[in-house]
Amino acid sequence: MKRILTMIAFVALVFALPSCKGKSDADIKKDVDAKLASSADFSSLTADVKDGAVTISGTVKDDAAKTAVEPAVKEVKGVKSVVNNATVPPPPPPPTINPDDILNNTLKDAIKDNAGVKAEVKDGVVTLTGDIKKADLPVLMQKVMGTHPKKVENKLTVK
Amino acid sequence: MALQDKYKALIDAATAAGVANLAVREQDNVLYIDGDAPSGAVKDQLWAVYDQIDPNFTSGDLVLNVNAKADPGSKVRVATQETALNIRKGPGTDQPVVGKAQKDEIITLISKASDQWASVRTDDGTEGYAYMQYLEPVA
Repeated sequence: MKRILTMIAFVALVFALPSCKGKSDADIKKDVDAKLASSADFSSLTADVKDGAVTISGTVKDDAAKTAVEPAVKEVKGVKSVVNNATVPPPPPPPTINPDDILNNTLKDAIKDNAGVKAEVKDGVVTLTGDIKKADLPVLMQKVMGTHPKKVENKLTVK
Repeated sequence: MALQDKYKALIDAATAAGVANLAVREQDNVLYIDGDAPSGAVKDQLWAVYDQIDPNFTSGDLVLNVNAKADPGSKVRVATQETALNIRKGPGTDQPVVGKAQKDEIITLISKASDQWASVRTDDGTEGYAYMQYLEPVA
């Protein structure tokens, strides 16, 4: 009988301990991290927790995702407040497109190893005509696209 | 957005291979992908993926510029297909050839003269300009 009582007391103590302490910051962080990881929009965010106050940092793809972070994190038990420091990265710079005279100059160098290939430039669009071996095609295209055209119209006959 | 879906496998491969400064954007129905590949092998792999999605690159809806960037002062490998690489007096194929670097030879990239041309030095001391497309960073 005494042994059973001791056991009951022990079990009660084990259950009672966390509830009287409240949820620790580490536990909150674990739950918040799990919440962030469960959504593709939030997967690159990280959380810092201090006394139940959560600070979110990292990047999200757009403003809508940024707005959605706060309510999602607040759903986690034990979270008292959220500071949303998530940022939306700026859009990439527009592509470089060289003017026709520069394209004409650099294309001469780009195609000179391929005797059967001709390149014409109009309004940034490079049109390739002639014949080429399949094995030589990727390298030629790399060099042609490396001159920063608007577009490449490949009308080559691949042998 | 449709073009980003068409070339999704390529964009994913570039991200997975660790392409730096990756920029993907669409303008006037052409998708532009730029970035710095960590090696020439990654660049070749991406071009193989491009060839799979758009066989022989005939659609005209992508301009792919992912190059294996070498830093000035670093060693680069001559990555020609078969022939030796011409080293020229100035940056242009109209410039006289001052020397040659063999395929797979390791030379030094001194600086970049333009997007296409770099000034280089071979180990035997020949200095001049070489076409950047044929230079790969040494890992």
